[in-house]
Amino acid sequence: MTRVFVPRDAAALAVGAEAVAKALAEHADVVRTGSRGLFWLEPMIEVETPAGRIAYGPVQAADIPGLLDDGLLTGAARRLRLGVPEQIPFLARQTRLTFERCGIVDPLSLEDYRAFGGFKGLEKARAMGSAAIIETVLASGLRGRGGAGFPTGIKWKTVAEAKGDRKFIVCNADEGDSGTYADRMMMEGDPFSLVEGMIIAGLAVGATKGYVYTRSEYPHAIATFDKALSIARAAGILGRDFDIEQRSGAGAYVCGEETSLLESLEGKRGQVRAKPPLPAHKGLFGQPTVINNLVTLTSLPCILRDGAEHYQALGMGRSRGTMPIQLAGNLKYAGLFEAGFGVTLGELVNDIGGGTLSGRPVRAVQVGGPLGAYFPPALFDTPFDYEAFAAKDGLIGHGGVVVFDDTVDMARQARFAMEFCVAESCGKCTPCRIGSVRGVETVDKILAGRDVDANLELLADLCQTMKFGSLCALGGFIPYPVLSAMHFFPEDFRRAERLAAA
Amino acid sequence: MAECESWNEDRARGIIAAVAVKEGAALPILHALQQVFGCVPLDAEPLIAANLNITRAEVHGIVTFYHEFRRTPPGRHVLRLCRAEACQSVGGDAVGAHLRSALAIDWHGTSRDGAVTLEPVFCLGLCATAPAALLDGDPIGRLNAARVDRMLETLT
Repeated sequence: MTRVFVPRDAAALAVGAEAVAKALAEHADVVRTGSRGLFWLEPMIEVETPAGRIAYGPVQAADIPGLLDDGLLTGAARRLRLGVPEQIPFLARQTRLTFERCGIVDPLSLEDYRAFGGFKGLEKARAMGSAAIIETVLASGLRGRGGAGFPTGIKWKTVAEAKGDRKFIVCNADEGDSGTYADRMMMEGDPFSLVEGMIIAGLAVGATKGYVYTRSEYPHAIATFDKALSIARAAGILGRDFDIEQRSGAGAYVCGEETSLLESLEGKRGQVRAKPPLPAHKGLFGQPTVINNLVTLTSLPCILRDGAEHYQALGMGRSRGTMPIQLAGNLKYAGLFEAGFGVTLGELVNDIGGGTLSGRPVRAVQVGGPLGAYFPPALFDTPFDYEAFAAKDGLIGHGGVVVFDDTVDMARQARFAMEFCVAESCGKCTPCRIGSVRGVETVDKILAGRDVDANLELLADLCQTMKFGSLCALGGFIPYPVLSAMHFFPEDFRRAERLAAA
Repeated sequence: MAECESWNEDRARGIIAAVAVKEGAALPILHALQQVFGCVPLDAEPLIAANLNITRAEVHGIVTFYHEFRRTPPGRHVLRLCRAEACQSVGGDAVGAHLRSALAIDWHGTSRDGAVTLEPVFCLGLCATAPAALLDGDPIGRLNAARVDRMLETLT
């Protein structure tokens, strides 16, 4: 029977992929894959033909009988036909390294993984040894993809040189930023690349145990990755000199902060630790620990396989290699766009993303999750680069881009940022715990039109206190969305005042 | 959705003992208990404390720190609706308001007939098919008032 590839990615399931797979089951050999990341085309299915794969989408179960009659299985059906997936402009413009297999392979097939270049990086890593692996990662210029952008090789070198009874590799898959889904897609679509990346990290620093801390809001990712771990163990890839255990979070956003995550893994409240000591010296259970974002770890297999230069050649400034940018929210073409650093925000939103889904003008774009600044279209020339965003009081974070149209009320968004911080603060430091509560109260006064000038000044002052006085990035960065909303969209903070005057 | 078992101390002790062999076992224990009983009731706290050799206050601190752990069993269905920014940008707030009014409950509430518990979450990673929710663990995307109404009709 003809093979038809149907995604089992949670976002594809959210728009009907399961029913499509069922409708096809009797007629074709259905292979479940991850998603290519073109979510406006999901469920996007691919038919294997002698001329290669032909994509159709968005396909609903009700479309299947008609498509089959029209010759779906030979790629002859015209309706919903997208053609060769790699030629769809959104994919053709990308440089897929980290996500090279996602959406193509059966995520739980080691055979597929090997056939598409998997484990070649690990073979090279085993042959070259610890020092050379770290040298390669340093030379690649890879920086932490969780948001902080710390050079991965330097972190590894610190752990490799640290003394400890045991050492750990911890993968941060607590992807809590709204607008981000790269970790989820990877765990559901290409989980063995995380296994490979973590084994490479273990070889580099001398660790024998890895933990993956996955957020509980990702039940499908957790299930797929657990299966991948069993398969890898049965095949002898894990369980000898290195093993991995997956743990599930429990709905606390702050556990995406590395020290809070370590506390949570140790079975405690997820409260932030003061640094130093760095996790590299005293991390999980007090032992030297590499804690890396999932995308950082899954970037390693191709870096080791293809060499540091290949990766380093892409990007701009001090941001080297590729970034899987996640386009989300009110966007016509929302999806995963992996490309070398340097693409501008305007290209991402207007050109690649096609503008808003609602068809209304873009008003604000939040990059980097709930701690990221809101940028107006006036800043669309900002290139996607750690330093360029920081220079404009923003951050790229984990690469999420959330687009809002002109119906958004930015004072409400500022209130939400503070409200979110109230709900998610771990409570350890005062600026975050108390500051966020006072922040909500102050925005409420502004929204009600009470002493607007004085309260705006107070809010700005409170933001400074939180920025410089908080222990971690939650309290420290929540001022970014608030201050950017006040700076770029001041009129939204004076609505009540204007109404009163009218 | 699978029915939750009613609280049983011996059953809970067994679950705790089986999971407690892990290092840093507190969260895995709480997840395992919630999986079976639908919640982590107060009665579970002394059992966990005794097994992990920590105080009951510490256990209470852990359980209440994490949003996910319920103290009472949920309704027959659990609907977890995303309230974060990407969903907001395409009408998520309106979907949340519609749901709360249709079910006549607030966040964390259970409808009077015990059919649905509504829980807020901040991001499900379904930000490109927003507004999104998980219904008994199954993802649903591109929600609007009409889809919500059709979905609620199926929940008994």
